Amino acid sequence: MEILDHLIQGFAIAFQPLNLGLVIFGCALGLFIGAMPGLGSVNGVAILLPMTFLVPPTGAIIFLAAIYYGAMYGGAISSIMLGIPGASTAVATTFDGRPMAMQGLADKALITAATASFIGGTISVILFTLFAPPLAAVALAFGAAEEFALMMLAFATFIGLGGDDIPKTLFSIFIGLVFSAVGLDIISGQPRLIFGDISGFLHGINFLVLAIGIYGIGEMLWTIESSKGDVQISQATVTVRRIINDLRTLKDTFKSIVMGSFLGYFVGILPAAGATPGSLMAYGVAKTISKNPESFGKGNPEGVAAPESANNAASTGSMLPMLTLGIPGSPTTAILLGGMVIWGLEPGPMLFIEHQEFVWGLIASLYAANLFSLLINVAFIPAFIWVLRLPFTVLAPIIFVLCIVGGYAPTQDMHDVWLILIFGVVGYLMRKLEYPLAPAVLAIVLGPLAETSMRQALLISNGSFMIFFERPISGPIMAAAMVLFLLPIFKLVKDKFRSREAT
Amino acid sequence: MRKAELVMAVVMGLFSAYLMWKSAELPIGWIPEEGPGGGAFPFWLAAGMLVCCIWIIVRCLRRTSTVAVSTDQYMDAATLRMFLLVAGSLTVMIGLIHIVGVYVSTPLFMLFYMRYMGGHHWLPTGVIAVGTPVVAFFFFEISLKITLPKGFTEPLFYPLYDIFL
Repeated sequence: MEILDHLIQGFAIAFQPLNLGLVIFGCALGLFIGAMPGLGSVNGVAILLPMTFLVPPTGAIIFLAAIYYGAMYGGAISSIMLGIPGASTAVATTFDGRPMAMQGLADKALITAATASFIGGTISVILFTLFAPPLAAVALAFGAAEEFALMMLAFATFIGLGGDDIPKTLFSIFIGLVFSAVGLDIISGQPRLIFGDISGFLHGINFLVLAIGIYGIGEMLWTIESSKGDVQISQATVTVRRIINDLRTLKDTFKSIVMGSFLGYFVGILPAAGATPGSLMAYGVAKTISKNPESFGKGNPEGVAAPESANNAASTGSMLPMLTLGIPGSPTTAILLGGMVIWGLEPGPMLFIEHQEFVWGLIASLYAANLFSLLINVAFIPAFIWVLRLPFTVLAPIIFVLCIVGGYAPTQDMHDVWLILIFGVVGYLMRKLEYPLAPAVLAIVLGPLAETSMRQALLISNGSFMIFFERPISGPIMAAAMVLFLLPIFKLVKDKFRSREAT
Repeated sequence: MRKAELVMAVVMGLFSAYLMWKSAELPIGWIPEEGPGGGAFPFWLAAGMLVCCIWIIVRCLRRTSTVAVSTDQYMDAATLRMFLLVAGSLTVMIGLIHIVGVYVSTPLFMLFYMRYMGGHHWLPTGVIAVGTPVVAFFFFEISLKITLPKGFTEPLFYPLYDIFL
């Protein structure tokens, strides 16, 4: 019952007027960001993080978590109304959401998406509440070797499960880690990698600079390119009677929602997997277990319910390793983690002991964020449809200015602003060649932790790398990481073997 | 696409080699009693980058990756024009911040973007171009106490400082 006590205390914090206001504002803003084609939770959190210096750390993370949640709800709106995913996490929602809108059932699709998101969010927050304290307790025993092994596991999941090109994924991880090494050497204090002796590099490359570059400037360039053509907005008729009717027919999709919630949550916990694969997998499973799988893709509400419950559940799931182990489970949580470091909160198991108020305030605010996202979403459907009509040439310059000013604020150095521009432009050019960029952002956040823990562990072992494999907890984690690293090679060999057999 | 893939991999390969050389300014080997030298971590990671680039180049030459055999254009004329316009205007805006400051540079950028690129009417363009820096001023300078760069326009803000700060 200790958890319940903590949770009640957490609610007391989450319902303080300032925090509650931040939750509501964050949800509304998140819905708006999610509904914009091209912008998702990562972009919103990266661009708006510098703005949160205005409020105390607890309020700041509550606000950003609410944006994260709201964006997960909002992504469905553009998937259904425009047929363009509002964010990568809502790709699977277009498969059936768009056909439903074409048949004049846009309101039903939107209500299904909102309710599924709510149930997915609620189930996952309950699971989170139950799992987090025991996991943090176990993680307390972790030393430098275990920490490093966990980070290896995070990078390995990108390679084994990320599904992107292998050398390009590896390249992205390496470059992120190298950038994290710029500045002063953590142990000897000597300056290193000071390109061209420019003094701006002495304070290192802040993760926010890379994140705003890639997810702000780079993403906008990408969206400007991909949204050149005309898009057709579906009509939605929203009346109270129709909404009540829609809610009544929802019980048919209940099985898919529950399945999506659990699947999404557990996929979300895996580092690097996150909400996008979670929602795609939930769609696949919903189709397989359905009685009439051929109706999927033609406007089956279950095809909207499963991925929407999964992406919300996954966003909660990805916070579990971030808070308990200090290892983010998605690009968005990587940025949240970097933000916590800025606010002076060391992520990891000690957080549950030293900053209980912060942790439980955040958990309680997730319950609240979930509820408010649902209410705001359903109540303001027409407003969000109006958002979709906003011309991009109005939004783009505002977002660019936000990126530039927001990028300047944390360090107050124009040097960082130029870096943001360079990272944005180069990131965009690389993305066009299918280089995945999320691993680089994760790597720059984890880089300093990875280097410290590796060097500490090697000092303990006198330079023997066996320390990572011999200890009882880090050994199995390293072994799992190795398997994931080698997974693509096994697959390659298998494919070669098959193609040889075929010829 | 093939050409772009090759060029990118070669450029990044050269960059990795530069990073390796730069990391080697600090000891990259094992220092007794101290552990790995300060340059070791970035050196070996940059070496990893180089290996990935060579891997990509080899695959490209042997035409064994999807991008290497793709016949799509990397950037068509319209995309290139758009890209140059957006990236160029951003560069000019950031460059101007050094001279005339944020509060002159950003409205000019927004004016250019909305009026020239978007073809919007003067009224909404003007309202947003003037409104954004005003909001930014109150948010950053007044509530966060973060001074944004103002270039030579700094003296114009002295009366505002007197009123609000």
